[in-house]
Amino acid sequence: MTLDQKQQEIVEEFEIYDDWMDKYEYIIELGKDLPMISESEKTDDKLIEGCQSRVWLATNISDGKMQFTADSDAIITKGIIGLLVRVLNNESPRDIATADLRFIQEIGLHEHLSPTRSNGLASMVKRIKLSALKALQD
Amino acid sequence: MKVTEVQRAFNAEEIRNDFPSLDQTVYGKKLIYFDNGATAQKPQAVIDSISHYYSKDNSNIHRGVHYLSQVATTQYENARKTIQTYINAAHSEEVLFTKGTTDGINLIAHSFGETLKEGDEITISAMEHHSNIVPWQMLCERKKCILRVIPINEKGELVLTSIDSYITEKTKLLAVTHISNSLGTINPIEFLTKKARSVGAKILIDGAQSIQHMRVDVQEMDCDFFVFSGHKVFGPTGIGVLYGKKKVLDSLPPYQGGGDMIAKVTFEKTTYNELPHKFEAGTPHIAGGICLGVAFKYLEKLDMDAIMKYEQSLANYAQEQLLKFEGVKIIGTADQKTSVVSFVVEGIHPFDLGTLLDKQGIAVRTGHHCTQPLMDFFEIPGTIRASFAFYNTKEEIDIFIKAMDRSINMLK
Repeated sequence: MTLDQKQQEIVEEFEIYDDWMDKYEYIIELGKDLPMISESEKTDDKLIEGCQSRVWLATNISDGKMQFTADSDAIITKGIIGLLVRVLNNESPRDIATADLRFIQEIGLHEHLSPTRSNGLASMVKRIKLSALKALQD
Repeated sequence: MKVTEVQRAFNAEEIRNDFPSLDQTVYGKKLIYFDNGATAQKPQAVIDSISHYYSKDNSNIHRGVHYLSQVATTQYENARKTIQTYINAAHSEEVLFTKGTTDGINLIAHSFGETLKEGDEITISAMEHHSNIVPWQMLCERKKCILRVIPINEKGELVLTSIDSYITEKTKLLAVTHISNSLGTINPIEFLTKKARSVGAKILIDGAQSIQHMRVDVQEMDCDFFVFSGHKVFGPTGIGVLYGKKKVLDSLPPYQGGGDMIAKVTFEKTTYNELPHKFEAGTPHIAGGICLGVAFKYLEKLDMDAIMKYEQSLANYAQEQLLKFEGVKIIGTADQKTSVVSFVVEGIHPFDLGTLLDKQGIAVRTGHHCTQPLMDFFEIPGTIRASFAFYNTKEEIDIFIKAMDRSINMLK
């Protein structure tokens, strides 16, 4: 499945929810299912400090594909991280660096990725893109 | 008195009609606005006055000989007098227009700061907003002064037993908040001013959170400076007030240089204008000043003592209802409190709860409320804060509690 097909799949999953609370119920479930980063591995170099919530991000690259593990102290943030990781995991640095994460807008969660929201998500996407760019240069 | 009785006596429903922004839906739900500690909604009279000013009276003030300039100048200066009367300042020139609380504190940190020398001490409290911490830290760095911090107890009250070690002969300024924005604690201003006076220190009161909720009398408080923001008292953003005792303000150097603050300018020497203009360089926020005057005219007609009682009854009711949920802990349980209910729920992040409440139409604040040292004291990342104004009702709190129930069930 391509990066964009994964986005489309998420958009379709969210189409059944016309109520905000149902949508968030689903995001919370995603958050609860996401594997956590153990406390001992939540080191400062992985930390993205937001004003409202904190995010930890670990990146890895193998066979030309990138893998991400991420966590947050807030469950809604974590659920959205789960969606981002699902779309970006095991993609090439080039595809990640140039990805237009349209699904966030389409499922109505763009407010969470606004830099002014300060929940760490916008910085997380920025950090993912920067690490993809760096991988391209290496 | 029960909240329903106070509500009947006070008639919040009627007052709500004056605030058009309260009557709307968000995400298809009736808006419930419990973020009054951040900013207050505006009465129709204030909204109309902004439109009227720009439609009819817009002109620059203090310099023009033409008709409109005189109209605008008169209104601007009348607003100053309205505020003077409201806070009971002895002279209208003691009321300086600023951009807001932060601007007022920075003005004092700069101008009063110029009079300080190495080793002088400034005392604040552990519950201050960043606005009443950082300007003093910057001043201390600049002038090699020392910042002292009065500690608080678990209830969120100032610890006064060791006050004499925080307000000493070295103290030049005591800068404390009247009411804590995060906790709602009302500080014992009278006691603190007496203490500061006894060592000859000046007193600055951060009134950002008190001006909306209680009667303020600067002469009775006997403070040297009292600062607040217009938008928290039903006026526009971008305008605020610094009250300062005339004698003290006269003795301070100006803050910013520019138009309006000068008496005469030559390249060799410039002399400064009198109060209040000495501290109001440049074209001010004219519409803001005039419309803030309108906000105070609106408040003048209300009984602030009745309002305070009503708002506290709302907060008490909300607190009672919240405590019925397992794991809820109220942060800030001072004996003297205003209508702020800050709380945490065990195992639930404030951001998650705030997000779900938002989607149910309820506006609360989550996070550290610009008081990170205070959050560190309580060892929490932040709180959920519901802050009530006189236009809120018991029925709104009931809806909020139902929304809390649903949110907690989803997050647990």
